[in-house]
Amino acid sequence: MAELLRFITCGSVDDGKSTLIGRLLYESKLLYADHLAALAADSKRVGTRGDDLDFALLVDGLAAEREQGITIDVAYRFFATEARRFIVADTPGHEQYTRNMVTGASTADAAVILLDARRGMLSQTRRHAHLVSLLGIRHVALAVNKLDLVDYSPEVFASICAEFRAFAAELDFDEVTCVPMSAVDGANVVAHSELTPWYDGKTLLQWLESVEVGDNATDGPCRFLVQWVNRPDADFRGFSGRVLRGTLRQGDKIRVLPGDRMSTVDRIVTMDGDRTDAPTGSSVTVVLADEVDVSRGDVLAMADDPPGAADAFQAHLVWLNEADLLPGRPYLAKIGARTVGFTADLPKYRIEIDSRRRAPAKVLRLNEIGVANVHFDAPVPYESYRDSRDLGSFVVLDRLTNATVGAGMIDFALRRSANVRWQQVTVDKHARAERNGHRPCVVWLTGLSGAGKSTIADLVEKALHADGRHTFLLDGDNVRHGLNKDLGFTDADRVENIRRIAEVAALMADAGLIVLVSFISPFRAERALARDLVADGEFCEVYVDTPLSVAEQRDPKGLYAKARRGELANFTGIDSPYEPPENPELRVDTTTLSPERAAGAVVTKLRELGVY
Amino acid sequence: MSLDHLDRLEADSIDIFREAVAESERPVLLYSIGKDSSVLLHLARKAFYPSRPPFPLLHVDTTWKFREMIAFRDETVARLGLELIVHRNPECVALGINPFEHGSARHTDLWKTQGLRQALDKHRFDLAFGGARRDEEASRAKERVFSFRTAQHRWDPKNQRPELWRLYNTRVAPGESIRVFPLSNWTELDVWRYVERERIPVVPLYFAAPRPVVDRDGTLIMVDDERMPLRDGERPTNELVRFRTLGCYPLTGAVRSAAATVPDIVEEMVVATTSERQGRVIDHDQSGSMERKKQEGYF
Repeated sequence: MAELLRFITCGSVDDGKSTLIGRLLYESKLLYADHLAALAADSKRVGTRGDDLDFALLVDGLAAEREQGITIDVAYRFFATEARRFIVADTPGHEQYTRNMVTGASTADAAVILLDARRGMLSQTRRHAHLVSLLGIRHVALAVNKLDLVDYSPEVFASICAEFRAFAAELDFDEVTCVPMSAVDGANVVAHSELTPWYDGKTLLQWLESVEVGDNATDGPCRFLVQWVNRPDADFRGFSGRVLRGTLRQGDKIRVLPGDRMSTVDRIVTMDGDRTDAPTGSSVTVVLADEVDVSRGDVLAMADDPPGAADAFQAHLVWLNEADLLPGRPYLAKIGARTVGFTADLPKYRIEIDSRRRAPAKVLRLNEIGVANVHFDAPVPYESYRDSRDLGSFVVLDRLTNATVGAGMIDFALRRSANVRWQQVTVDKHARAERNGHRPCVVWLTGLSGAGKSTIADLVEKALHADGRHTFLLDGDNVRHGLNKDLGFTDADRVENIRRIAEVAALMADAGLIVLVSFISPFRAERALARDLVADGEFCEVYVDTPLSVAEQRDPKGLYAKARRGELANFTGIDSPYEPPENPELRVDTTTLSPERAAGAVVTKLRELGVY
Repeated sequence: MSLDHLDRLEADSIDIFREAVAESERPVLLYSIGKDSSVLLHLARKAFYPSRPPFPLLHVDTTWKFREMIAFRDETVARLGLELIVHRNPECVALGINPFEHGSARHTDLWKTQGLRQALDKHRFDLAFGGARRDEEASRAKERVFSFRTAQHRWDPKNQRPELWRLYNTRVAPGESIRVFPLSNWTELDVWRYVERERIPVVPLYFAAPRPVVDRDGTLIMVDDERMPLRDGERPTNELVRFRTLGCYPLTGAVRSAAATVPDIVEEMVVATTSERQGRVIDHDQSGSMERKKQEGYF
């Protein structure tokens, strides 16, 4: 049996979760005298239990929490009994903090779900059970707490258990145990209570001490994740990392993923001397018998039973940020020891956590969970989350703020990602550039409506055309009549709008053209995506800089007036943000430059960039 | 064959060291000379062996550390061939900041919190390893393993990055930094058991010996040098004491103990009734004081 049990406690604010944890620490004699003295003083001062010890105060550490009387983040607690050591992730129960629960559950092997016997199953309870199941926890105890307040009624307990078991039957649990409890009185927390003579099952602590969580990672074919290439000198080249699964043995034939490089484990190096094998969880350094190219993020796997490598997946996504997940928006994802570009398609559906129903969704909001196809910009070694938490999980990072905005669990790789290969062509970009007499380029004009983008783009195209260059102009309004006529003006649609334009512009650049793109394109992230789609030096971002007041005064299409009257929603500059470029290739100030001079500046910039 | 509890803690910590180093430009290890720092350094050596740890050690000195700590520090870096940066807040040096005249709160803020910020800025470190553990104190229980700090070195407990699985987010903008705590999931007892198993050298102050102490407001303070002003009628007496935690000698209380070896300490701990930070004067300045110090950039 595992020596260490990591578990999570979840429950609503009033279910007595903190009291339970405080009680477990107290009963397992892990509270020191000075802690107890502080607790006694705090209990008198801010406690809610009169002169009794308020165990909740032990756990609610942060000053802000004491003021609000709630737990606002994940806290990790440690205690040990004769039988086992424990790390408890204490996670808050109220709805807006789903992300904290998911965080706590991601490293837990078992869960204790609390509910208040007076109130029975709430949608919160269903939510917690569902999240716990989704994150791959298979062992659950339902602590039916505050039984003292229903006179320790066996009927109340039995009916709540039956309801929970019926709900849990559809979830992915191996085991559900129900415990009748009163954390305040300590009933059935550690020892059986004489107040519940009708209960002869395990107390909560007995369950925690005996639950067999099984470590399926120790079985199965070996996976070793390379974190750091270890080169102290020219004679030694090792790969430092971790055995995620199975046992790594000297002499093992291994395959390096992604790709199909092969070698043999020559040495397993540690500071305590070489080893012949390294069991699951070991952090060691591997030396291979052959000179193969291995870098951070690669996986060494049993040659005859390797995991797959792919760049597109169906995944469950949990959104953790106030800014919605926008389909098509470029993010980063960290998976294993690799950080790659990431986009999600339109969600297939959102999961209503309480009812477990599927609902349509165009975006994912904070604390929402959905299923979508996702794309990485390079193939990554992977396993399904069900098979491996280590190789089946990823986090999504915002490219600009660096925040951790989402979490993902891989269901399976999309077949097409393994099958679609880029068509190799012989007439390539260079050949076309030779014939055209200029290099391709995407000239991306961004700015507020009415800034003068289309006017300037038109003048630039005329000048280039007269000079014998091959051009094409993509204009926002025109494209919305055709290619993008299914899209509106919500943030999600704007992102998709720009994604399509960026792809079309990139194809045209591949065809050798100088592509003029005249779009408001208000978001930095999408302009960065457009830039990423073409080769270095083939993107020229032009910021057509006009203050809002000036653009609004010009109002060539009468749109600002409409927006101000409230007839046009999500209008950039009015009720939808514009993020100015930080480092454009060129900025033209239309309050000081005429359209002709601005166009001249663009042509000059293209020469400087070596387009022709 | 599988890993035991200490093996697993060690492997997790090594994993954390490697992730942090692979994803940062200028890492540093905050070395405070105590037992946790000793374990941290031992783990860093294991993580990168046969390479040396690819970062320097930074000691934010206050000039009020126990003399034995400084001797141990210098002996350790010489023995292991490591680079050590010692930073003393020059303003504190100029003003002669000390805990007796300026109080423990101001002493700690100026020497340690401000000193640490100065040193991190001066060397443009974007990632700093520290030996803090979640079992030490209530606000530390909520700290991430990889903890984001603003360009002003502030910790915002309400705006921490979610940390899932073992996928640590190390990305920062220029000026921002990450504090990394490889010992997050260790307890004090784990640290001592590991010191015992791995035979890791620690400062002798942890072991019981007759030392000159005065009993000041219930705290046993060791008179480590002549700078300690004695109150009227106060006379140091030699008592058999040891320290559970080490810091500035005027702010660190000794405990009466006969535990002279690591196994003695482990045994004493199993029956201990007070926490290790109980001897720390600074934690008890005000309620919620550790949390406030952390927000301001203290480790």
